[in-house]
Parts: sequence; C-alpha cells; structure tokens
Amino acid sequence: MLEEKARQIRRDIVTLVHRAGCGHIGGDLSVTDILVDLYYKQMNISPENRKDPDRDRFVLSKGHSVEALYCILADRGFFPKEELLTYSQYGSHFIGHPNNKIPGIEMNSGSLGHGLSLCVGMALAGKRSKKSYRCYTVMGDGELAEGSVWEAAMAASHYGLDNLTAFVDRNGLQISGTTEYVMKQSSQERRWEAFGWNVLSIDGNDLPSIDAAVELAKRTKGKPTVIIAHTTKGKGVSFMENIAGWHHRVPTDEEYARAMAELEAQV
Amino acid sequence: MTANKQVICDVLMERAKTDPDVTVLCSDSRGSGSMSPFADAFPEQFVEIGIAEQNLVSVAAGMASCGKKAYAVSPASFLTTRSLEQAKVDAAYSNTNVKLIGISGGVSYGALGMTHHSASDIAAMASIPNMRVYLPSDRLQTGCLIRALLDDALPAYVRVGRNAVEDVYEEGNVPFVMDHATVVSEGTDLTVIACGEMVKPAAEAAALLRKEGVSVRVLDMYCVKPIDREAVVKAAQETRGIITVEEHVPWGGLGSAVAQIVCAACPKPVRCLSLPDSPVVTGNSRQVFDHYGLNAEGIAQAAREMLK
Repeated sequence: MLEEKARQIRRDIVTLVHRAGCGHIGGDLSVTDILVDLYYKQMNISPENRKDPDRDRFVLSKGHSVEALYCILADRGFFPKEELLTYSQYGSHFIGHPNNKIPGIEMNSGSLGHGLSLCVGMALAGKRSKKSYRCYTVMGDGELAEGSVWEAAMAASHYGLDNLTAFVDRNGLQISGTTEYVMKQSSQERRWEAFGWNVLSIDGNDLPSIDAAVELAKRTKGKPTVIIAHTTKGKGVSFMENIAGWHHRVPTDEEYARAMAELEAQV
Repeated sequence: MTANKQVICDVLMERAKTDPDVTVLCSDSRGSGSMSPFADAFPEQFVEIGIAEQNLVSVAAGMASCGKKAYAVSPASFLTTRSLEQAKVDAAYSNTNVKLIGISGGVSYGALGMTHHSASDIAAMASIPNMRVYLPSDRLQTGCLIRALLDDALPAYVRVGRNAVEDVYEEGNVPFVMDHATVVSEGTDLTVIACGEMVKPAAEAAALLRKEGVSVRVLDMYCVKPIDREAVVKAAQETRGIITVEEHVPWGGLGSAVAQIVCAACPKPVRCLSLPDSPVVTGNSRQVFDHYGLNAEGIAQAAREMLK
C-alpha cells in the first residue's frame, strides 16, 4: 500500500537526517507523498531501465529535499541502502543536493529555479524525437520567486508540452517564515493559468488525490499541467508540522525517538 | 571575408542533414547569430526560446540529457554572465552535451556600450570546472573547431565576433589539432600568444618585426581552456619573453593563464595586452582595438619594448 510505503520512507528520512546531523527535514516530509506516488506508481523508472531512452524523467527542482529522494531511490534498489550511511560524510557521493553521479538522478540541482527549465528541455526533446516518455519535476513554493521559473513556464506552454507535469510543493513555509510574509504568492493557481497551464489544486499529502491529479495530467492534451500540491511542512511528525524552523533543523535524540514513535503509531 | 558565426551555421547545417540530434536553440538571436538558414531548413531541430537566456541554457541542458547535441546560440554578453549559473550547474556540473555559442563577443557591438560587450566571458566561463573555452581566430579554424565539438559530448563555450574577419589560414591547409595551439609563424626572439580576433594582428605584427630583423613566434591559442600548456612552456624556454593579446579585460583571461604557467615552469617576462579594466572608449571594434593598441603596430611596439 502506498500509504504504508510513505510512512516507511518518512521513518527512513528522519533516521537519515538524525544520523547525519544535517538535512532539510521539513520539506522532505512535505514532499514524501508526491515522490512516493511518482516512484512507486506513476513513473516508468527503475534501476533496470535507468538508461533507457524511453524512461520517464524526473528532476527534483527543490533539490534540498534530496534526503527524501535518496531514501526512495535506495528503497527502489537504485543503489545499496548501506551506501546512504555515508551521506554528507567526507568523500561521499551522497551530498546535500541531487547529483547525477548517483544512479537514478538525472540532473544536478540545488540552486533553485532550474528544474522546470530542464524539464522543458527534456519534454521538448521527447516531442522532437517522437518519444512517449513523460517528464516530472517538483518545485518548492518559495522557489517560485525565481524569475527563471516563469521563463520556463512561458516556454512550456508555448510549446504545448503536455508530456510535462510540474508539482509545486505548496507547504506555505520557507526558511524565513511563511511564503506570504517573505514574498506574497496568492494565488498561485491564477498565475499558472495566466501562463497557459492546466492547473490542478490538491491536497498534496493525500495519495489518492496525488494519483488522480497525475492521471488527469496524463489525459490533458496540448498544454502542460501544474499540480499545486497543498502540503504540510514536516508532515507526519506532529511537533515538526507547520513550523518554519524545521526547514533544516536536526532532531535531537529525544526528538528522534518521539518522531519515530509517532510514525510507528500511524501504521 | 566571412564572419566566424556564419561558418558555425554552415557546419551545423551540414551535420544536421545526417544527424537529427543536432539542435540549435536561440534567444530571439537567430538573425544576429546567423542561424536563420538553420531555423528555416531544420525547423524540427531548431528551438526558439525568446529573450530568456537563463532558460535557454537550462532547456539546452535538458535536451542534451535526452540525447540532443544542443547548441545554444546567443550574444556572448548575455549568454555568459546572465546565464552564468545555468552554465555552471546545468551544462558544466551536470556534464551535459551543451555547446554555448557566444556570438558578437568581445567589443563586437562597438558603440552599443558595455551592456553588450562580453569582455569578462573568458574569466567567467574558464573559472567553471568542466567548462572548456574556445576563441577561434578565423572562418577556417572555426569550421575545424565546430566539427571537432560535434564529435564530443562534453560542455564547451565558444566565443566568436560579429564582424567578418580576414583569414589567418589557407583554404584546404588548416593546421588544426584539437586543444593544441596552432603555430602561425615560427620565431626565436619573442613569442606572441593570441586568441580570437587578435591572432590576425599578431601575425601582422610578426611580419612587421621580421622586416626589422626580429624573429617572432606567433601562437594561436584558440583553446584558452584547456590551454596548451606544453606550447606555452616551450615558448618560454625557447624565446626571450611572451606577449599575450586578447579582446578581454586584463584579469582572468589568456594573459593570466599564460603568466601562471610561465611563472611556475620557466620564469620569463610576460606582457599582457588587453582591453582595460573599465568600460571601453566609444567606437566600432576596429576603433576600440586601435585605441588600446590591440593592432599590429601596438603589438609590434610592445615587442620592441620587451627586447630593449
């Protein structure tokens, strides 16, 4: 069941961040359900086909949520789980943002405002080469202040890239506080509509809603789809939920024990 | 005379006939980049991005990651420093087959002013790990370079000027070895190392000096990165000093690279001729070059001073 998988991944994330002493746990937990739907249900990506020209493409534009991606790639068998023990340590390939030296990661990211453009290129290449693969990216909501996102949004709709689905992990919080305090962005839905996108607005921590939205996007022709996924930062751990400080705080031993107990109890 | 950018279009069109992955991306720059014939002949291999250079580079990288040979053609000034981060992250760091073609480089745009000049592009691009930097000197060398780049899958930046330039080499007899400096003329007294549009005046300076009994070696260092270290060291060992000439600010370009090598390997006098560390005087590129002594006489004078 995908819900149980999401809970397991959340436990893996909390454990990884606690053990390494670094990471962006709040955004990892808000984006988990989106990644679980993509990697366990929707996307045609596996360790076996990771170099197949017809595979689906994924770019984690909000690269700081890499711990969530690492845990999923490890669980899917892209690399041995033990390798993650080296995360952030001296000499490790597993750094704090996605790197395409790691099997399963297409493009390096970390600097915000790149992923959508990269996906536009991937989707356009797919169209030009008459391939049927689909392209997915996840952006943070704070990331939408980057101007390059809107350059890419323009191009995606100009070229009618219906093979491109973008998620916005709309958890409403960024490092300095609420997104509305830092740089107002209501209403994201209307902005994307104005750029010519098919816009879906969902509960981004509800797996059936995520899956239904992805299915709708696949059936939408002639324009790209953005899924504004309204999520909760720190989702699944009560004392982390909706608190900006958990953007990149590391749980203490006591907090780790409580977080794991909560995530176990949800089973 | 032919502009180097014209040759880039010709070579890409020649290859595009048999290779559907050759793709040109422009930022409302197909006219200024001489890419209109490509866009007209290969509409399925051409992508218009509009005036959005950051998106241009990232889209090129995305396409390259899916097997395309992506040539992003845009004015050098905007392509390099406006899109610097995209060049760093999406082309170089992700190691994609993106060729950044900076057109109208240096002070090609003349009186349009500093916004349109790219006199910091070598420094900017060469500072990025895994980014190569090429400034071909004439149409014939440009053709050789682009053919070589079509056969590799690594990122690179190529700067060419806007204006037609005189040939340095002879048709059918272009001494080109990828990533090796070309010896334009042999010499034993001094060496002039130049790149891009400065190679021709360097060769002319050598001819002037020959009449005065001075033997000058001229190296065409079109490969600013990876620089031909061996040719630089050899020049330092075999001649009395080195003059570098570049259409670039004084820092972080060809002169800096040459001086770094010479100091470490075989200390000899190095004099770096360049544009100034300031907005340049108003004028067309010829007038700008003359103003700062980036011409045959200026280079010859620098050589005479070094030999005193």
